[in-house]
Amino acid sequence: MIPALSVTLAHYLVVSALIFGIGTVIALSKRNAVAVLMGIELMLNAVNLTLLAFSRFSSAFAPGGEPLSGHVFVVFVLTVAAAEAAVALAMAVLVYRQRETVDLDRINLLRG
Amino acid sequence: MTALAAALYIGPAVALYIGAGVVLLADLVQGRRAATGLLSLVALAVAALWAIVQMGSGAEGPILHGALVADRFSLFFTFLLVATTAAVIVGTSEWASRVEDRGEFYALLLVSVGSMVLLAQSNDLITLFVALETTSLAQFILAGIARNERSSEAGLKYLLTGSIAAAVLLYGFAFLFGMAGTTALPGIAEFVRHAPEGLRLPLIMSFVFVAAGIGFKMAIVPFHGWVPDVYQGAPTPVGSFLSVASKAAGFAVVLRLFYSGLGGAETLITEDWGKLFAVLAVASMLFGNIGALVQTNVKRILGYSSIAQAGNIAVGVAAVAAASTVGPSGVLFFLGTYAATNLGAFIAVNAVSERLGSDDIADYAGLFKRSPMTAVVLSLCLVSLTGLPPTAGFIAKVYIFNGAIQTGQWWLVALVAVAVVNTAISAFYYLRWVRTMILDEPTDDRTIETPGGAQAVLLLASVGVLFFGVWPTPLIEAAQRAAAALLPA
Repeated sequence: MIPALSVTLAHYLVVSALIFGIGTVIALSKRNAVAVLMGIELMLNAVNLTLLAFSRFSSAFAPGGEPLSGHVFVVFVLTVAAAEAAVALAMAVLVYRQRETVDLDRINLLRG
Repeated sequence: MTALAAALYIGPAVALYIGAGVVLLADLVQGRRAATGLLSLVALAVAALWAIVQMGSGAEGPILHGALVADRFSLFFTFLLVATTAAVIVGTSEWASRVEDRGEFYALLLVSVGSMVLLAQSNDLITLFVALETTSLAQFILAGIARNERSSEAGLKYLLTGSIAAAVLLYGFAFLFGMAGTTALPGIAEFVRHAPEGLRLPLIMSFVFVAAGIGFKMAIVPFHGWVPDVYQGAPTPVGSFLSVASKAAGFAVVLRLFYSGLGGAETLITEDWGKLFAVLAVASMLFGNIGALVQTNVKRILGYSSIAQAGNIAVGVAAVAAASTVGPSGVLFFLGTYAATNLGAFIAVNAVSERLGSDDIADYAGLFKRSPMTAVVLSLCLVSLTGLPPTAGFIAKVYIFNGAIQTGQWWLVALVAVAVVNTAISAFYYLRWVRTMILDEPTDDRTIETPGGAQAVLLLASVGVLFFGVWPTPLIEAAQRAAAALLPA
């Protein structure tokens, strides 16, 4: 008989740290600009998960805090992430029209 | 707190945002005939006037439930940022008149500077993040505004690195919020001051994340990868705006967060973040100066030089941690003189490369014979960037290094020693550029005309560089008053 598993703050933090790590690796290693954006999106969502977990559990160790501001923070992060994705995709389309590629290794006019 | 008082405090940023909207509307209605540059200058003037009224009224304090705070510190940055943007607009109006998306250029500039003003006022992690991202997004588009291959490459690279940095910063914020239970900076400061020893490691982790995210804005190593590329690829006017305004905003956040928000000078982790910034300063100075030595493109030289200068400023941030009273004002004073100096250099480079169609340092040979005024101002600015008397750059370096030495901490003294060695390295490429312009024979005898707006800005910049080099007291006093506002009362 498996004892009933209770999900604690630590579980959420470990999962979000894993997601953040995966997102970072994708963002830093992928050569396709759109794939990098997907990595960034994962990083931001890991942050959201962290914020919400803290928001939900923080009353336990930070009495007198304002746990709701974590929720508010997440709403702002989502909004900003959407704006960022819009600008990023527009920029990627612009680059693709000029060079027929979004491969970051081949976008290399600027160096020296 | 009445609504009227709140309006007084956020007036400058609101004026800039409304200005951006008006510029876009005028561009939409009148097309290329619209005086968008003039409208932007009007918006900047309104913002400056508003800030003067606010300063005159002496009203200070938190507004909008502590989301923002209006004090001498935010006012200092409001004036610095507004003046910088006005100088960029006036100095590059000739370039802008030929840009297809002129209305968008001015509107984005205003949005970006408006958000930076809010950034300097932010007193809460949420407002800080939103203001930081709004200014960044506008800058990403500005970097790509010329729509040619180099410009859009610069924009894409800037955007990708900037977004990664923002995500890392946010992860740090999430842990700060998790530990302190609040997003308000005063609340976090209160928490850090009384944090138990067991929280040392999580605190260090979160401020390393935060420093990484803001290090991108300040352009310090190892978050500098975008700087030379963006300075080279983006249009020069955008580069001049980024090199001064974006860096100033980055250091404004650092001072607000680490000096005020992370509990001031006597907490569990103060020495840790001081040493972190000391290491970053050394890396930035070495990397920036050595990188600049081998460059032949003047914009890339200025890019690497701006990384090295960020290292110099970070010396002041490190000194803050050792309870240096001159540390914060040193950072502010350095930023003020750096604004005049770097703007002068960038506007001169813009004026010359407009005519030459080249950013190669070899084409600057004999510039003194072809365009005496530009060559003299550019030389003066380069001497100031090196940090030689009688320029403002000299006083700024002495002030900031002296503050670090006075703390008597061995690691800060060692840091200053490295910084002085680096000044010698930097003299090599700055002064080599000066020699090329003054002593070498020109390859082409045709004179280079500098447009009127650029001439005015160059004149102002050189007056600023010399004035603060000879009589720095007014700016130092303003910086000290601004820094004093950061300390908890």
